[in-house]
Order: sequence, then structure tokens, then C-alpha cells
Amino acid sequence: MAIYIKGKGNISPQQTWGDSPLLETPVPAKGNRFTCVEPDYTQYMDVRQLRRMSRILKMGVASGSMALKDAGITVPDGIITGTSYGCLEDTGIFLSKMISNVEHALNPTPFIQSTHNTIGSQIALLLQCQGYNQTYTQRAFSFENALLDALMELQETPAQHFLVGAADEITDTSHTIQQRFGIFKDEHRAGAINGEGVAYFVLSGEKSSKDKVSIHSLATFYNADEIALTKGVHQFLSDAKMKAEDIDLLLIGTQGEASEDASLQSTAASLFPSGAKGYFKHLSGEYPTAAAFAVWLAARVIETQTVPESVSRGKASRPLQRVLIFNSYFGKYHSLILLEAC
Amino acid sequence: MKGTVHVAGTGIISAIGNSVSETLAAFQAQRSGIGHITLFDSVHKNVLPVGEVKLSNADLCDTLWMPAHTSRTALLGIYAAREAVKASKVDIKRWRTGVISATTVGGMDRTENFFIDYLADNTKGKLRNVMHHECGMSTEQIADDLGVNGFISTINTACSSSVNAIALGSRLIKHNQLDVVIAGGTDALSKFTLNGFNSLMILDQQPCRPFDASRSGLNLGEGAAFVVLVSDRVLEAEKIKASAYVNGYANTNDAYHQTASSPEGRGSFGAMQKALAMSGLSPQDIDYINLHGTGTLNNDLSEGTAIARLYGDRYPKLSSTKAFTGHTLGASGGIEAVFSVMAIREQCVFPNLRFETPIPEVGIVPQKSFESGLDIKHVMSNSFGFGGNCSSIIFSKN
Repeated sequence: MAIYIKGKGNISPQQTWGDSPLLETPVPAKGNRFTCVEPDYTQYMDVRQLRRMSRILKMGVASGSMALKDAGITVPDGIITGTSYGCLEDTGIFLSKMISNVEHALNPTPFIQSTHNTIGSQIALLLQCQGYNQTYTQRAFSFENALLDALMELQETPAQHFLVGAADEITDTSHTIQQRFGIFKDEHRAGAINGEGVAYFVLSGEKSSKDKVSIHSLATFYNADEIALTKGVHQFLSDAKMKAEDIDLLLIGTQGEASEDASLQSTAASLFPSGAKGYFKHLSGEYPTAAAFAVWLAARVIETQTVPESVSRGKASRPLQRVLIFNSYFGKYHSLILLEAC
Repeated sequence: MKGTVHVAGTGIISAIGNSVSETLAAFQAQRSGIGHITLFDSVHKNVLPVGEVKLSNADLCDTLWMPAHTSRTALLGIYAAREAVKASKVDIKRWRTGVISATTVGGMDRTENFFIDYLADNTKGKLRNVMHHECGMSTEQIADDLGVNGFISTINTACSSSVNAIALGSRLIKHNQLDVVIAGGTDALSKFTLNGFNSLMILDQQPCRPFDASRSGLNLGEGAAFVVLVSDRVLEAEKIKASAYVNGYANTNDAYHQTASSPEGRGSFGAMQKALAMSGLSPQDIDYINLHGTGTLNNDLSEGTAIARLYGDRYPKLSSTKAFTGHTLGASGGIEAVFSVMAIREQCVFPNLRFETPIPEVGIVPQKSFESGLDIKHVMSNSFGFGGNCSSIIFSKN
């Protein structure tokens, strides 16, 4: 069964909120790091609340508000969030103070705001939403797990609206440490660009005449080799009662690291030989919940029936009915998310 | 949405024992696991009591054959998950199997050591000590250890996390997405959480006294616990018996304050009420409630008020087991789920240690001693967390 996208809010390294045309002038990364284009937060919360919030909380509350406004919903029936790193800024502040103050005279606020569920619960608190509230933190399945939860919840009770999204931030500390792992590009080698972003969607199991895009199905593959992955993709298509040719655009999560990308490209090429292919991580950067950016992009592509030149060079030769996101995270996490025009 | 989700096996490690049988023996002997900090250096050593698992990292690595840099959270998780799978007698590789864990600290016990060197010089600090920081890393290691690659997930809704993990596992089986789910949670003690809770001034310098009028805070604990959830089909094909099944669960948000519960316990009341509605049981059908009962002024009053609203004076046998184990944060829902299943399997209830005087506002008198030979059909377990996350789960006798 499908669930319908009623509203979207996306704060990303690109101009993805407001009325600007879809990814018309892509913002490049600074070196190997992307930074979100943030809105004026005073539109979404009062100054007193803002002062107490870390950057990821502000982005979470603002993108949640954007999605709810877009959907015309005041309070959703539940809130489901995916985040791998959680609230890194506050975690770093509390850790640093704990060490430098030798465990004395610590301010509890960064500790309170360091847990992963702070984002979803802060939104619940501001909206006074007492419904279902869940936070997933399985690295590059965090957002997929949130979507799967929503799919099941809305299958059980379709006439509900859930706010479902994902959030991951880069801090100076996290970037410095991650660079030392050698996973990002630098002057010596090609590699991923560190990314970040927060995106929320309002989803419902009930269709209305205004709806343009639905999320059809999804699948995750942990630690799958090429054989297991190929089998998994075939199974996914057959469960969806579709063939590879039915996919009008394949959005591939290549990240810039040559050997990882080659394997993903070859799997994608053999499974989907004919259809148009597009890419998104040169716009979002690589981060565990980048699939949420891809869902926003896929939904916009279907709504506008245009594929931005920065996403795919070839001209679309047919209506864009179905977009399949084929994501990979350092070869260990693979996922598929299928979006369909209503 | 059909069929029953059975509990085919349980595994547990906490301050009161390294297995289900050791845990039961500790309850029978009313032996608390609360003591001094021995695992790490801290200015709070000999000041703040904690519930440590009585195995060092080196002991755990030796027993489990795991590399020395593995986070304690992962080690405890692997320890309990192995016991649960073994006890279930299910051939997990034969089925569509998932691992759903819950944790709030993840690899923080190693990250906090990395940070000492890193803060002095950001080119320093051994990367192997920070590579397991993400919560999901501990779940990867548990899944890899068990040989599971079908489905993995991690939940972090603070102290209600592992009830949500068991609920998700149950739903995936009911939706016919999976056949077997190893669900629960794991959290190791860390300086980060110890100092965090201390900064909130909710740690008791004495062994904690949940639901007592004189309570003045919680003791942190650590541990891990998992249940093996299986469908009817698996139970039949594997020719195994399950003493309990998952009968209802609910997740709500108190939406009152980031760390404090509402005075009327609206989130906890809602969670209990919805879990009961799902199971089709009335409050009076519940034979035992394993309370969240952390020992803080706020939690116990709020939870007690919610119980009083639900039951009036006619509440069932109930107790908080945190005076034994300490508050094991993200693992507590899993640990107390295993206690709930033990209550059904052994037909017993566990004492609320160190209780003397009821909280005047609610007057609830919890179970004071270990009692067996009872008729326990339905057990409810509560877990509430920061951010207003409230979850309740009901296990019933098969």
C-alpha cells in the first residue's frame, strides 16, 4: 500500500525551501564540506525559544513547520524521526566541559539536548503533540526505518497524518574527526563530500485530490554483497509488481569515492539498463540520512515533471511516473525507496 | 496484521546477574546490585552509587572473543543477545530474522576517552575509540555476531527506547515482514551519563528508594536484555514452546517538559491505557506491573498519579526493580521486559527493595518481598524517558 505526501520541508545545502525554482543554481561545497542554507528562524519560533536551541533543533523545528504548513496540518497524529548522529553540537559541548571542568559545575542543558530523541520531542513539545513519537538511529537506515514505521502505522490506520523526517548535522568537531578517517575527498584523493540536512514530510494513508506523489514501498539491505543486493532489487520490484523498465528515473546515491561508486554503478546499470539515471549527493553531500534529501528531490521531480540539469544530463523522454531512489552508504548500507505519481 | 508474537527466549545481563537464572536467584535473595564505581575513574567515585555489571571490559572481551576496543555497550548487548538466541532454540539463520536494539549512549564509553586526547590536540586520540560512537554501531556488532543481515534497526527514545524496540519487532512480525526478531536494548555506564544526570541533580547519593516517600533520586545502572520474538509459524516449525506472548503496547508523548513528567502523568496514563486497549484487557486483568519507578521525586509521583487515575485504590501487585539494577536507561525497557516474562514463566513477582513509606500524594504500597506460587497471567511494564517519550507493554501467559 502507498502513503501520500501531503507536505514537505527541507533544509539542505541547496536552496530547497521557499519559492525558488528546483535546484536552478546549485551551491557548491566549500572544500569537502557542505553547509545548510538556513532560513530566518524567527518565522517559526519566538526568540526566547530560539536562544535555547542548538542548530539541529532549529533546523528540525523549522523544516517540521514547513512540512506541516505545506500540508495544512496544525498538529500531526505522530512524529517519527531518523538521525544517526543525533545532536552532535550539544554532545560535544557537554563532553568538552566535562573534561575541562573535571566533572565539576556542569550546565545540564547541553546534556538534556544531546539525546537523539530531542529533535522529535522538541517538535512534540512545541506542538503539544501527545501522539506516537519515535526516533530511529540505525546509521544509513535511520530515515528508511522511520518511513517503514510510518508505512505500517498508516496501513493499520490510514486516516492519520504523521510528521516523518530525518536530521543530521556536521559540527567542526565531527568534521575534523571524520576527515581523519580519510573518507572525504582532499587534495590527494577523490572521495565523498561531507553533507548535512534536515527534511520532514507529512504523510497520510488517505488520498485526496490534491496529492501528487506517493511513497510506494521501500527496502533496506544490510551488509549485502552484489549477489544478495541483485536478488533483493529483483524481489523489491516483483513485490511492487513492476519491471525495471517501469522506473522512469533512477536516483543513485553515488558519493564520489571511486571504488564504492563503481560497484553501485555497475549494479545499477545491470539491473536498470534502459532508464534515465540521476544523482543527488553532489548536491546534499554524503551523510547517513541523505535519503531524506533524495525523497524530497524525487517528490519535486514528479510534481514539476522536470529533472534539473544538475541531477541528470539527459532530457526526460517520457512522463515521470515513478522515481526509484537507490542509495548506498559506504557499501555497507543499501536501500530502495519508490515514489509514484498519484 | 494477524497472528501472535511469542517470546521464545530471553537473555539478560545487569548488576544483579549475568544470566536469567542468576537474575532470578538475586531476586529470591533480595540481593541488590548497587555499589561503588569500579569501572572508570571519576570524581564521583565513592560518592554516587551505581549498578555495575560485575564483569570488566577485559572479562567480557575474553568471554565473547571480541576485540579489545569494542564498546562496552556492544559487549553487553552481544552477551545478552547470545543468551536469548541460545535459550530460544530457534535456528535464526533459517528465517527472515531481524535485530532491533535500543541504546542511548552507544559507544560513548570510548568516545569520552578519545575526547581527552582530542581536546588537547585535535590530531590526537585513537580513532578506534571513536569509530563506534554512533548508536547503530552497537546493533551492527550484535547482528554481525549473530550472523543476522536481514533487518537491523536501533531506537533511541531515551529511557523508553527498548520497549519501542520490542513493539517494532512485534509489528514487523504481524505485518509479515519478518519471522524472528531479536529485540531489546543495551547501555553501558559512562562518565557522560553519570555527569549528565548529576548535573540535573537527580542522582541519589544513597542506594535509591523508588516509590518511597523519602526517595531522593535515581542510581544509574547498566546492562542489556533481549527477547527473541517469533511468529506462530516459527513456533510450530521449530517445535518449541514459548511461555509468554506480546499482548499490547503503546507509545505516547507527555509533551509537557523536556525532562520533567506532567503532574497528572498524562503521557504515562495514555501509554498504559492504549496498551490495555490494544490487548483487549481491562486494568483489573493485569496481575503485576513492573513500574518505571526511577526513584526521582518527579517520575514516581507522576507515574504513581497515573496508576491511581487508572486503578483508584484497587491496583495490582506492582514494583520497581530499579533498586536492584539501577536505572539502565535505554536498556531498562528490555531488562524489565525480561523481568515481566520471568514473572509469567516463574509465576512470581519481584520486590520493590528499600520501600518503607508510601508517597503521601498517591499512597501506593508496592510489593515488598519476592513472592512465588502466584497466578500471573498478564504483566504490564512501563518505561518513560526524557523528551516526554512514554511506552507501556503487556506480556501474557501462553
